[in-house]
Amino acid sequence: MSSPRDEGWLIRVGLASCGIAAGAKEVYNALSARLGDKGLGVTLKKTGCIGMCYNEPLIEVVSPRKERTFYKQVTPDKINRIISEHLIQGKLVTEWAVPDEEINRLLAKQQRIVLRNCGIIDPESIDDYLAVDGYKALKKALSTMSPDEVIGEVTKSGLRGRGGAGFPTGVKWGFARKSSGELKYLICNADEGDPGAFMDRSVLESDPHSVIEGMLIAGYAIGASQGYIYVRAEYPLAINRLELALADAKKAGFIGETILDSNFSFDIKIRQGAGAFVCGEETALLMSLEGRRGMPRVRPPFPAQSGLWGKPTNINNVETLANIAWIILHGASVYSKYGTEKSRGTKVFALAGKIVHGGLIEVPMGITLREIVFDIGGGTSSGLELKAIQIGGPSGGIIPASLMDTPVDYDSLTQTGAIMGSGGLIVMDETSCMIDIARFFLNFIQKESCGKCPFCRIGTRRMLEILERITEGNGKKGDIELLAELAQNVKRASLCGLGQTAPNPVLTTIRYFRNEYEEHIYQKKCRAKKCHALINYTIIPEKCTGCGVCAKYCPVEAISGEKKQPHLIDSNRCIRCGLCMKVCRFDAVSVGSREENA
Amino acid sequence: MDEASEKRISLIINRQRVGAGEGMTILEAAQAAGIYIPTLCADPDLKPYGACHMCVVEVEGRGALLTACTTPVAEGMVVHTETAAVNRLRRAILELLIADCPADILAPSEPPTELQKVAHYLGVTKTHLRKATQVLPIDTSNPFFEFDRNKCILCARCVRACDELIGIRAIELAYRGQYTRVATFGDGLLMDSTCQSCGECVTHCPTGALSHKNVELPEREVATICPYCGVGCGVYLGIRNERVVSVRGDRNNPSSRGQLCVKGRYGIDEFIHHPERLTTPLIRRKGQLSQATWDEALDLVATRLASYHQDEIGIISSAKCTNEDNYVVQKFARVALGTNNIDCCARLCHAPTVAGLTQSLGSGAMTNSIGEIANARCILAIGTNTTSNHPVISFKIKQAVNQGAKLIVANPRRIHLCHYADLYLRLKPGTDVALLMGMMRVIVNQGWLDTAFIEEHTENFAAFRRSLASFDLDTVEKITGVAGEKIAEAARIYATHKPSTILYAMGITQHSHGTDNVMAIANLAMVTGNIGKPSTGINPLRGQNNVQGAGDVGVMPDAYPGYQSVTDPEVRQKFEAAWGTPLPAKPGLTLIDMFIAGRQQKLKAMYLVGENPALSEPNLKCARGVLSNLDFLVVQDIFLSETARLADVVLPAASFAEQDGTFTNTERRVQRVRQAIAPIGDSRPDWWITCQLGQRMGKHGFDFECPAQIMDEITQLVPIYGGISYQRLEGGSLQWPCPTPEHPGTPILHTPQFIRGKGRFTPLEYKPPAELPDSNYPLILTTGRSLYQWHTGTVSRKVAGLNIFRQEALVDIHPDDAQTLGIGDGEMVRIISRRGEVVARTNVNDASPVGTVFMTFHYAESPTNILTNPAFDPVSRIPEFKVCAVRIERK
Repeated sequence: MSSPRDEGWLIRVGLASCGIAAGAKEVYNALSARLGDKGLGVTLKKTGCIGMCYNEPLIEVVSPRKERTFYKQVTPDKINRIISEHLIQGKLVTEWAVPDEEINRLLAKQQRIVLRNCGIIDPESIDDYLAVDGYKALKKALSTMSPDEVIGEVTKSGLRGRGGAGFPTGVKWGFARKSSGELKYLICNADEGDPGAFMDRSVLESDPHSVIEGMLIAGYAIGASQGYIYVRAEYPLAINRLELALADAKKAGFIGETILDSNFSFDIKIRQGAGAFVCGEETALLMSLEGRRGMPRVRPPFPAQSGLWGKPTNINNVETLANIAWIILHGASVYSKYGTEKSRGTKVFALAGKIVHGGLIEVPMGITLREIVFDIGGGTSSGLELKAIQIGGPSGGIIPASLMDTPVDYDSLTQTGAIMGSGGLIVMDETSCMIDIARFFLNFIQKESCGKCPFCRIGTRRMLEILERITEGNGKKGDIELLAELAQNVKRASLCGLGQTAPNPVLTTIRYFRNEYEEHIYQKKCRAKKCHALINYTIIPEKCTGCGVCAKYCPVEAISGEKKQPHLIDSNRCIRCGLCMKVCRFDAVSVGSREENA
Repeated sequence: MDEASEKRISLIINRQRVGAGEGMTILEAAQAAGIYIPTLCADPDLKPYGACHMCVVEVEGRGALLTACTTPVAEGMVVHTETAAVNRLRRAILELLIADCPADILAPSEPPTELQKVAHYLGVTKTHLRKATQVLPIDTSNPFFEFDRNKCILCARCVRACDELIGIRAIELAYRGQYTRVATFGDGLLMDSTCQSCGECVTHCPTGALSHKNVELPEREVATICPYCGVGCGVYLGIRNERVVSVRGDRNNPSSRGQLCVKGRYGIDEFIHHPERLTTPLIRRKGQLSQATWDEALDLVATRLASYHQDEIGIISSAKCTNEDNYVVQKFARVALGTNNIDCCARLCHAPTVAGLTQSLGSGAMTNSIGEIANARCILAIGTNTTSNHPVISFKIKQAVNQGAKLIVANPRRIHLCHYADLYLRLKPGTDVALLMGMMRVIVNQGWLDTAFIEEHTENFAAFRRSLASFDLDTVEKITGVAGEKIAEAARIYATHKPSTILYAMGITQHSHGTDNVMAIANLAMVTGNIGKPSTGINPLRGQNNVQGAGDVGVMPDAYPGYQSVTDPEVRQKFEAAWGTPLPAKPGLTLIDMFIAGRQQKLKAMYLVGENPALSEPNLKCARGVLSNLDFLVVQDIFLSETARLADVVLPAASFAEQDGTFTNTERRVQRVRQAIAPIGDSRPDWWITCQLGQRMGKHGFDFECPAQIMDEITQLVPIYGGISYQRLEGGSLQWPCPTPEHPGTPILHTPQFIRGKGRFTPLEYKPPAELPDSNYPLILTTGRSLYQWHTGTVSRKVAGLNIFRQEALVDIHPDDAQTLGIGDGEMVRIISRRGEVVARTNVNDASPVGTVFMTFHYAESPTNILTNPAFDPVSRIPEFKVCAVRIERK
């Protein structure tokens, strides 16, 4: 891909997984064919994810005068009109364009450092990366800074590990640098496994060189000669783009022997993980890299002393590494202007769940949750009241709407009982049952436990059984206390972060939504109308016209009634799928607690 | 963490001041101070694991409860092991674990499991949690132990033992979450896995999920030594009602540290009590062996043996018998029969070692100790299939590899050890001298030699160096079939990763130039200075449990006990004085030469103690002819072996479990063998039988009352055993030389200087094997052993479980050869050499190179040694078991 001509039109098509899943490849192909035909002097460019995943497939049209327009939910059949009206006639297709107001609202509170190139450059072009100051930081580090100065700069920036634990990156590098040994390893942890989280995937798919450059600088700083990227095999596109980027970087002399005529030599290899959640834990990741079963091991020794194959090893997360080149290039003092005193810089979040603007955002630390959810995220997609957010992945916690003014920094989030985690943020409205949510995350965690520690293996299972019986209406007195006790023990008697944080969703929901637990247990009531065993669907005779649509759709033939007469739902037969409610055009189906409707 | 105790640290555990070594864990410090902390996943033999959290303790100033098994001690640390919070958590863990186990997991058993002990300590009798409903099938596929995963608490001690101690990694944790379980590769049956049935996992299981089959609890236990191979593993025999009912490893044994292989753990008790044990003397009457009294048999033997001229009698003693038995047999030969015609099976295994290393270094024994292997930085394993033949030593090799040591395997066959090797050199059979000389030429040319060591400690280097000239890499590559760069790499690794140690066995010795092979190894160690220091050396792995001892106590035709030459008049005078009789001055016949003399009908009578030459001799047809045609043959054994069937008189001997004595293992370690049960039937200890013969021939010096008295006589005459006594051995084994009662024994030979003064370099040339393939016999046959059987099978084939693993002879053949010959896997074929033919089943695999087939010699039905070539090494008289030419035809 050549760089855009100064004078011509430019069209960018977002071709990260989010775009491709929505059909962006077809859009790109159609555009390519169309533009090829016409010879309009338009540059067509593949790019990654700009962050507006909810609008995919998304194309960006840049006029010769650099006016930028985003078209949302583009399909191949919309292309002709966009080209003829916008490119040829110079008229925006306003009904398909993302309004400026929406873009302003999205971007106003963001600060894009990690995502600086995402959705802008072609991730498959090293020239594109070079054109946005790519590998300049590496040149600067190698030619003007000693490894200790690099570490000093990173330490000064206040950057903390973005994988979740928040350990100061510069300090971590210092440990690895001090470890003696001829051979040291630097590992990029790209084993992103939280349900609903896609920060690392998007960065790798949209800007792989920034991660590679970060690794090179880190390798130089700690004295490593070999790097590994441990990425899950479920990220084939990320792996493809990384492979391409590595090959290009090698060709360009950024990877290999005596890089840029310095004394620094470094190689990077990709290792694919098989998708065990626990392999994101760094000692388990090391085991997996060694070809063994990924299971956390005892620390000490820490990886900095004895890591991969017993050699000093430093492990950083994708997002952490993607910050590095920017920090070196712009200076620690510029970076540390963002954020709070103890949590400097920015953080990437993947917004998901019941939110209007689901996608990828990067915000300065210290921003409140409310700003993220409402100002950037646009509030709940249902229009219903926000109930809570889930943050930090399955081992994070649930923060109620009442605490939306909590600033996003490591310590404030920890105080709520949740954790920063790697950046998953799931929004829930009042149709979400908190017990059901806790059950969902615990189910994930107990399935992903490596099985080493009894409490993580069996304790989480027993907790899950209790949650299941509560949602099934069989909760007993004492269940909440038993859950809390088991949860405390799981935290206490687990070796690794997975087990130590596994009970967080349960503990935070008990803390903030104890009344819902009690309602489930004592009143057999689910206020969110989610727990099948506790709800009933009924037809309101006054509203029912007897059209029979509900009966037609009911998969278990639980609805009966004469034509034009109010219908009835056989509660014993009903499986609470809610289909009748969805198809009824007269709002004649209602859902309520079992008792109320019985 | 034995080595961690240099710097002392002081801490307080339960208000008690406790000292600990730096690097120790809280658990180790507490245990050293006699403070009990319950544990499940912790295991003193294994690395800290930190899973079960049963050992949690409170440490002041640290918020969370800490696992004692993983937390290092620190100066001034204040630890509480018994707080309410600690015990609450422990009980919760235990309840959780037993909720996942069958209801009877805590039902009292004998002996109690570790889980039961911990439950008892914590006062937990039942669980308040919901019971698990998952029921998994029990894996009963292995003949020796079974695995009930329902009782498993996933402490992974079995997995870790199989990995860290044994290096097999047959089992691993599989799946995730509640479905996590211990599984083999592919989650199949143990029997179908790479498991080698050593049973180490069973000994580490705290719940009884892994358990031995056919368990009978012993009333008492006797510490003794395993009777199989030369490693000399310490075992406890469990006795119940005068039967050996159990075997377990002795963790205090310095050679084996409690580890055992499948034969040692599961192959002992069954043969001791096998119904085919000989229980009375047998005399051939009218062509049939029939029962006789001891008096009849002993008188007959004494009378008949006395009737032959001294040159007409040959005596073969046994490397399976104790030092005391062997000493008496050689004394009987020399004193009662007046002959030096005494030898043992060492002639067939390590005679070249004794000859070659004595010439080069001054002593023919393993220079270093087994325990040092794990700390080597390079191991060259040449001509040793260690995992099959010295399994417990192979564990040490794998431990060394786990710790980063480089392993070079040189072997024509792709043996199991190759899986662990950094470099595998697949040389053509019989080309070891060329390979080693090629390596040494590289070492000399590259300047990797230890000049200071060579100058100070060796002689004849210049002549040796000249002999390297003809071993340029091109030539060596042509001879050995190993790529030149691999040879150079082997040289580099061996020479630059000190300490480097060499292990070898019969792949080196059983050649018509076996002594040259051995001296080539000696040259290699000397040229790099890898000798006389820890974890270096030249380490011949001796085959039989007491083959080292048999030689030590004089079962050699040319040496009295202690390797003292029969031709040295001064030595002879010493023995004549001690034994009160004139002794023959000329060296006797070797085992091989006895059979040659037999063929020439110069040898008329033989007294065989625990030997089975009717299966173990090369060119068996001929050897069996000799045995059948002897005028008088006496066989003393515990079973009616193939050889005993040919005897005129059979004398029933007691097994190792039925007598006292000593074995000397491969690392020169003299270890006590203790009587566990009374002799079976009317069998008697070998020393008693031989003494009876001596007495009945009217000779003096055969009135020993017990083995201790025999050892006292040995120590008087054998300087290297001079300081050894049963009393001292009670306190632990001793490695010879141990010349005085104060001497601590010698783990490493040739320090500070070689036993012969200066180590002697030997110039060498390459000699091809005596019989090479041709158009009529196009394949090379090489022979060896299986992990699951032992030598001629006299003992191991009495063990039903071992037979399940290997019940018949197999001929390993490369797929390409099989295809050329049009034969399939598992087909019965005829293997034919110039000397005869045998029938065996094919085992088509690529362990053997193209053009080479492999057989074991365990099976009387397929007596491999019918085929082998009695071409001898001129120095040591060992036959070339490792190379002969054969062809294979469909049956």
